Amino acid sequence: MEVTIATGRQRGVRLIGAAQRSAASAPSAASAPPQLALSLALPDGSSLVPVVRIGEYVRLGQVVAWSPDCEGTPLHASVSGQVSAIELRDAIGMSARMPAIVIDNDGRDERDPGLIPVADYTLRSAEELLARIEAGGIVGLGGAAFPTHLKLAPTPSTPVETLVINGVECEPGIQCDDMLMRYRAESMLFGAQVMLHIVGAGRCVIAIEADKPEAIAATRTAVKAAGDARLSVAIVPTYYPAGGERQLIEFLFGTQVPAGGLPRDVGVVCQNVGTAAAIATLIRTGEPLVSRLVTVTGLGVAFPRTLEVRLGTPLSHLIEECGGYTPDITRLIAGGMMMGVALPHDALAVAKTTHCVIAATAADLVPRGPAMPCIRCGDCAEACPSHLLPQELYRHAVEEDDAGLARFGITDCIECGCCDAVCPSQLPLVSVFGAARRQLQVNTVTTERRDLARQRFNAHTQRLAVEQAERQRRLKERRPAGRKDE
Amino acid sequence: MPPVVLLSGAAFVLALLGAWVMQRRSPGEQNDEQTLIDQVDALLPQTQCGQCTFTGCRPYATAMVRGEADINQCPPGGHATAARLARLLERPSKPVDPVFGDPLAPPLVAYILEELCIGCARCLPACPVDAILGAARFTHTVIAADCTGCKLCIAPCPVDCIEMRPVVHLAAPH
Amino acid sequence: MLLVLAMLVPAAAADVFWFGPGLPIQIVIASLSALLAESVMLALRREPLQPSLGDGSALVTAALLAFALPPLAPWWVAACGSAFAIVFAKHLFGGLGRNLFNPAMAGFALLLLTFPAEMSRWSMPIVVASHHLGFTDTLTTIFTGVPPVAWDAISSATPLDAVHSGLKTGATLQEVLARTSTAHSASIWSSLGILLGGLGLLGLRIIRWPSPVSMLAAVVVSAGLLNAIDPGTYPGVLFHLTSGATLLGAFFIACDPVTTAASHRGRLWFGAGVGLLTVVIRSWTAYPDGIAFAVLIMNLFVPLIDRLTVPRIYGHAR
Ligand code: SF4
Ligand code: SF4
Ligand code: SF4
Ligand code: SF4
Ligand code: SF4
Repeated sequence: MEVTIATGRQRGVRLIGAAQRSAASAPSAASAPPQLALSLALPDGSSLVPVVRIGEYVRLGQVVAWSPDCEGTPLHASVSGQVSAIELRDAIGMSARMPAIVIDNDGRDERDPGLIPVADYTLRSAEELLARIEAGGIVGLGGAAFPTHLKLAPTPSTPVETLVINGVECEPGIQCDDMLMRYRAESMLFGAQVMLHIVGAGRCVIAIEADKPEAIAATRTAVKAAGDARLSVAIVPTYYPAGGERQLIEFLFGTQVPAGGLPRDVGVVCQNVGTAAAIATLIRTGEPLVSRLVTVTGLGVAFPRTLEVRLGTPLSHLIEECGGYTPDITRLIAGGMMMGVALPHDALAVAKTTHCVIAATAADLVPRGPAMPCIRCGDCAEACPSHLLPQELYRHAVEEDDAGLARFGITDCIECGCCDAVCPSQLPLVSVFGAARRQLQVNTVTTERRDLARQRFNAHTQRLAVEQAERQRRLKERRPAGRKDE
Repeated sequence: MPPVVLLSGAAFVLALLGAWVMQRRSPGEQNDEQTLIDQVDALLPQTQCGQCTFTGCRPYATAMVRGEADINQCPPGGHATAARLARLLERPSKPVDPVFGDPLAPPLVAYILEELCIGCARCLPACPVDAILGAARFTHTVIAADCTGCKLCIAPCPVDCIEMRPVVHLAAPH
Repeated sequence: MLLVLAMLVPAAAADVFWFGPGLPIQIVIASLSALLAESVMLALRREPLQPSLGDGSALVTAALLAFALPPLAPWWVAACGSAFAIVFAKHLFGGLGRNLFNPAMAGFALLLLTFPAEMSRWSMPIVVASHHLGFTDTLTTIFTGVPPVAWDAISSATPLDAVHSGLKTGATLQEVLARTSTAHSASIWSSLGILLGGLGLLGLRIIRWPSPVSMLAAVVVSAGLLNAIDPGTYPGVLFHLTSGATLLGAFFIACDPVTTAASHRGRLWFGAGVGLLTVVIRSWTAYPDGIAFAVLIMNLFVPLIDRLTVPRIYGHAR
């Protein structure tokens, strides 16, 4: 992979020759494995609560876990069969083992009878549709897995003018959005129309990267066929991270989402193309989110391709569907070449956030030399899409200077890895920033706890002093007055 | 002649500019004793356990600033805190002296076995941060969020119904 | 780093053509001394020799210093300057990436202050010199300090020196410029070589445009203004651009990432400062060329510039 700093209006990098593109055939459905493991992990480290018991028979689309505090959306059985275990398992992107529901597939795909489509969504209220979307377990499929109904929920103070359907897959290698737009553009547009109805926005922009001509053509044809004047296609230049929500909004509308704010604050709601298609399926067939498109790529797998995969499918099964590993596989990565995480083994299961699996060989990976001192060349700052000064952040991270880190905006770092990729000194910038940000969070909590303990200690000491004084005073009062002269 | 005036004038203006910027960016540093004690206190873990031989963190901070105590006496802070104290007070850095306690002990929180508690209220005044809730003849309990894990409540309890448990964390995302 | 060295080749070729083989010899001496100093310092600081020795930064420092020396200066001048640059300006500030001052310019400034005589014996362009020094003669001159013929036969003032001292003797600027025209055309050729290399560096994106552009712009504006006010005393823009180390400074010295400001905006200020100070020093102080001191002075301002030019973070108000 070759990395150069992106030129032009936007900050970022150009990635050339990264993990090979998966074959351009229509995405086919992967076979359902004999056993699945639905992970209950949520991105914030908490987990869903199971609502089925071991041994219970579950049908396709039946709710198996939910979130009592509404932090996440329900999870549904992606096959029919028996729950054989509820146990702790490794989960993609989690440092600890997380609970998972294991289902033995009976191969019959018996549907939950409770799944009913919506005949004419235009007759339904936004609230009803939002409740449906929540019950359908739909989350952002671009990778963040933020519950879609929360993102779409109306907020009176910030009306939504524009809905952006994000089809910018800027991380090289990932191709599931590309495939979806090529072969299911109509379904995606239907989902977009449903969302337009919900948020009451006047227009919808479907953003596609310039290096995906087939997807652009297919989407344009579908837009024409839909005959909906609210829909339009916008072409975004090819650079990384063009698909980042904030970067995309900056490119499309020239406005920046305020720090700590949401795209809504500038009248925009962003949704991934996969999410739009999932909403279409939900409305048309009543089927909740039980499968998603996953790209399997890299030189380490025999036949790279994009597949429709049931949630909970083990990665090993997925790799087999693609012809198995090639001999020179060196690393398994979930996610793209830039933001992906290396996986310890392939017994992990596909989750709602799993958009890509890279079976990387040495040729796919960027070789990393030894880290040299920072020469202050400024390349990192030139590439940083958040307009930070990574060299200063790095200096303060090494010095553990929390105030300095905060001053140079560590919390605004989106951990995209652009700085890291262009640094001529090969400094491990992103990983240092990730660690520093987590440490800063820990330190903030610690400081809060310390301040509280200090206050309580002072209060305690003061109270004891007052009590002591009081006791002395009473002691004195009880003494007979005459004894004072002795 | 004009060049001299010009150059020294420029230097003077630049110096003023520099002074102004420095002043604007870093608020005046008052290095009196109280400020220093505050800074030292901010580094201490506020467990208030007394392992340092002082009655709490602030008394220890005061003693350090006055040169009456060394920087390696706080086990809950661990070696990292000792190193930071050494840097702030410009003293030689050294690891925590195990005489005062185990610097590697994991964070703990007190837990009262409520079925055993006799409600004697002896643990109440012992807690330096008033983290124990209760009144005479009622079962007592520890507010886990406020407990610093100082263990000072253990000794006074006549029925040994207080135990220290490890702090539970949520699994962190990768 | 090695590409930076490669980009110095055109200028070096021009220099050898006009002034003989002194420059390459000086580069070799300075490089050896720099590598030695670097090794000693790394060993003293208990850091591994590789990869720091192999990154070429010491060689670049040495080469830039050698460019600033008179080609026939005795060997110990280059050796001292180069060692000082590495030991004091680089390693005592914390090594690569932490030095406040540009090492090459710090070394040069030291030499200028300690060996003024040796540092002002500039070679006469070969075409006008009455005696032509071959490779062996040059080598002997550098290592023994004694040329085979009288110094007067082979040395002359640089155009900047000529203007500087000429004006003091009461000659008009035009007379002085006419006297030094051969030396000036030599320096024009060297400048063209530097320009070629500099554009190469820009094209390869090894350096960024802000520092050179703002520095040259500052030179053009300030020199142009002075020249417009008093054409009899202050030479014109082109003379400033093509004499001394102006272009070397713009493309190879003000662009040193370590000692310049961090952001583009900061680099614009840094470059402008260097350009302005260069013209000021040339016009009104005891030194004919001002690049070195201008760079060193502006190096001092880098932390200040960096503080004032932190870019606006995405999504934050000003
Ligand atoms: S990882 Fe952070 S600092 Fe680096 S380029 Fe991305 S946003 Fe900027
Ligand atoms: S890219 Fe690397 S070497 Fe260059 S300034 Fe940034 S951190 Fe330093
Ligand atoms: S040992 Fe540490 S935590 Fe305990 S009281 Fe002393 S300073 Fe505070
Ligand atoms: S409850 Fe016990 S361990 Fe916790 S802070 Fe109070 S005295 Fe210390
Ligand atoms: S000292 Fe022990 S028994 Fe007494 S109130 Fe406290 S916990 Fe209960």
